[in-house]
Amino acid sequence: MTTTTKTSDGNSLPQLTAKDFKGPVDPDWCPGCGDFGVLNSLQRASSELGLRPHQILTVSGIGCSSNFPGYFNSFGMHTLHGRSLAVATGAKLANHELNVIVTGGDGDGYGIGGNHFTHTARRNVDLTYLVMNNQIYGLTTGQVSPTSREGMLTKSTPFGSIEPPLNPITSAIMNGATYIARGYSGDIRHLTDIIKGAIEHRGFSIVDIFSPCTTFNRDNDHPFFKQRVKKLEDEGHDTTDWQLACEKAMEWGDTIYTGLFMQIEGRKTLGDRERVLREGGPLAHRPLGLNDKQVEKIISGMM
Amino acid sequence: MSSRNFDFVLAIGGEAGQGIATPGDILARIFIRRGLHLYTYNAYQSIIRGGHILLFMRVSDQQVDNHGDKLDLLLCLNQDTMDRHLSLMGAGSTVVYNADTITPGDVPDGVQLCPLPVSELTESRNRLIQNTIAVGTVMALMGQDFEALEESLSLRFNRMGQEVVDENVAAARAGYDYANENLMIKTDQVPAGPKPLAVWAGNEAVAMGGAAAGVKFYAAYPMSPSTGVLHWMAQHARDLGIMVRQIEDEIGVANMVIGAAHAGARSMCATSGGGFALMTEAVGAAGMMEIPVVFIDVQRAGPSTGVPTKTEQGDLWQALGASQGDFQKFIVAPTSALDAYKTMPELFNLTDKYQCPGMVLIDLLIGEGRATFDPDEVDMQPEINRGALLTEAAQQNGYKRYENTESGISPRAIAGLEGYVHVVATDEHDEDSTLLSDEFTDPTKRRMMVEKRDRKMSTVLDDVSAPSLEGPADADVTLIGWGSTWGVIKEAVELLQEQGVRANHLPFKWIVPFHADEVTEIVNSAKKTIMIENNFSGQFYRYMRSETGLSVDGHIRKYDGEPFAPHHIVEGVLEHLARETDIFVPTEILKV
Ligand SMILES: Cc1ncc(C[n+]2csc(CCOP(=O)(O)OP(=O)(O)O)c2C)c(N)n1
Ligand code: SF4
Ligand SMILES: [Mg+2]
Repeated sequence: MTTTTKTSDGNSLPQLTAKDFKGPVDPDWCPGCGDFGVLNSLQRASSELGLRPHQILTVSGIGCSSNFPGYFNSFGMHTLHGRSLAVATGAKLANHELNVIVTGGDGDGYGIGGNHFTHTARRNVDLTYLVMNNQIYGLTTGQVSPTSREGMLTKSTPFGSIEPPLNPITSAIMNGATYIARGYSGDIRHLTDIIKGAIEHRGFSIVDIFSPCTTFNRDNDHPFFKQRVKKLEDEGHDTTDWQLACEKAMEWGDTIYTGLFMQIEGRKTLGDRERVLREGGPLAHRPLGLNDKQVEKIISGMM
Repeated sequence: MSSRNFDFVLAIGGEAGQGIATPGDILARIFIRRGLHLYTYNAYQSIIRGGHILLFMRVSDQQVDNHGDKLDLLLCLNQDTMDRHLSLMGAGSTVVYNADTITPGDVPDGVQLCPLPVSELTESRNRLIQNTIAVGTVMALMGQDFEALEESLSLRFNRMGQEVVDENVAAARAGYDYANENLMIKTDQVPAGPKPLAVWAGNEAVAMGGAAAGVKFYAAYPMSPSTGVLHWMAQHARDLGIMVRQIEDEIGVANMVIGAAHAGARSMCATSGGGFALMTEAVGAAGMMEIPVVFIDVQRAGPSTGVPTKTEQGDLWQALGASQGDFQKFIVAPTSALDAYKTMPELFNLTDKYQCPGMVLIDLLIGEGRATFDPDEVDMQPEINRGALLTEAAQQNGYKRYENTESGISPRAIAGLEGYVHVVATDEHDEDSTLLSDEFTDPTKRRMMVEKRDRKMSTVLDDVSAPSLEGPADADVTLIGWGSTWGVIKEAVELLQEQGVRANHLPFKWIVPFHADEVTEIVNSAKKTIMIENNFSGQFYRYMRSETGLSVDGHIRKYDGEPFAPHHIVEGVLEHLARETDIFVPTEILKV
């Protein structure tokens, strides 16, 4: 859900710039790390959508990419490895007026957090999930990840990985996500637009982002992606056709597609289905405890 | 001396799927409407059909806190019940059974066998009708009027239509009349209490306690014996405006409640030992991020999957050791369903004040056991105090979430509050939540933050009650227990008194924080001390020793999955007094 730039008394405020979303500390990412481009894109997207820092909650797990909330000016939760989607779901349900943006890595989201990924998508929780997919475990200094290519040499696969990688896009489609896109951190303008679409989308949106690890992944570096990425929209892709979306997502040769693979508009989110949220505003702001009528009903049921 | 005028234990035995719960509910309703106190314990197996179940119901004119020693009446719904439990029969007791299908066993002298010719008493082909006939017989044997039974049957069956009500009333009448004409009826009338009482299971009590404390978010993954909390919450979610969610696993549960709590909702979750093991990384995360959340562990017999439907006080060290590193926490072991209810609002206020996780340890015995309570004595609108929570938006900058205050408690803003933008982190962080590893790992700051969090707790002992002796201060022997053994030890003290042994009772409820000084004083002035625990290794004993250096003179331990009955403790104490036994383990076996 997107909120316009208005104060509580209805006055319009000047739109913030991307710079205003710069966090209190400078990123400690390696020079050239793809994650800079993602940070930059979310800062632009937030500015262009007219958001204010207190309206956003970023939630991350653990990893290089998961350090994101500290570098972005908004509320943030830097939680446990793999648990960001669970924490974010709780926060969103407790205060559905927040724009909750989840940021993390491929290991965090598709590996240790895989169960939450499946079920958060299935529930269509109204979250924006930005996965900085560098096909490696960066923070732990370069081990194989669920998206590493078969044969890849890493510190934990010194003779080459023998496992095929997971496809985040087809997984997200099958699991029931309703906005499924792929971005490339080397194309900030394109990524910004995809992220804007993801934030504006009501429902679970996931953007799997090629965000090269310049230190530990020599296979999937900027030259690798620059030569291959093609935008789906340049080919007039139909974003309502899930089979076509899967076909495009599985293409992994000279052409690798970025852009919006699929979007389902109008499907109810978990929050929409929850009777308890229908009226009364965010749960977090409601009065605590039981009223006389509730007490009477509970007790009479126990007698 | 027991001041009870009326104390009656009845048990219903059968197999899963035979509908034991229904006669149990019907009888319970009659008793509580009459104002009688009730305590039930259901001994069962992890099986949906077959197996064996024995439901104990103890009824009295006074509060009852355990299932008692001997049975006054056994209702056998199958042969197994007859074969397994006759040793539980007390003097002057009665065994009721279906004479068409069950062969009577050898009963001790003075025990009345009451065969019911079920096929002569009903034409119904409903397999469950024998239960209703038997309930009629039980009511007659207890000298109760039929009207109360009729009313209870209508309440129970009216959702299924008048025909079902009529069929059951007729069957109950047949059983009732048959007993009056053919069996020896107890002559002393069942008394009535001053007003009707209500009944709850401990799992319902903790759920209600949470609701009364203002819980707005509850998440769970089903696991016996904690599932009753989820069921109550789910049933009441809409009426009470509580978000109740079943999540993919307990890891998700624990992390989700943390997210909800950080957004400002009072949040909790319940599970049993295995699920709690999955939650533990998140317990420490709540400690590090200083987010108040409540975790309930309804303990069952472990280790691992263990004995899913049996009770044990076996998770104490798991709770103490839940999650890595030093962090602030509460661990509380309520002593009964009523105490569990009252503990919840208190714990929520404490976790809000001290901004840390709270853990509640109950067990199958409290969680699934049912007990009566007087609704007038239960405060359903307890005080709610959220501590240093900021709720008013402000136009400002420079809020430090983890400000190094004198008290160690830093004013807490929830996510979304204008003027208080900040990040919380599971990594060690500075006052303004900058990660220490983002600058360089700064030992001075690290020490400051560790000390800040610890300093919060400097006043905590004043906020929870210290353990104190129940019974005569100069007793010859002091029985020490924790959590759910309170009710059974309390009665054992009375029984010992009747046998001329002056005993008193030191029950523990708060585990963390621990009143080491008060405990040391009490234990040091006791003449003889015996520690009683429903586990193998003496988990609480080892904890008390680690906190105080104290030891005790003897132990009574039970780890067969069944709870203590009062006589187990009496026997253990007498054995300890007679000779130097180190650990007494009751070996009488309940065959369930
Ligand atoms: C429970 C747990 N297991 C392992 C770790 C160690 N760990 C930290 S980050 C990480 C992998 C990070 O990979 P990814 O999520 O892809 O993030 P990246 O660093 O590549 O951005 C691991 C294994 C941890 N912090 N917690
Ligand atoms: S190790 Fe890789 S992912 Fe981590 S900051 Fe450096 S370049 Fe980025
Ligand atoms: Mg990675």
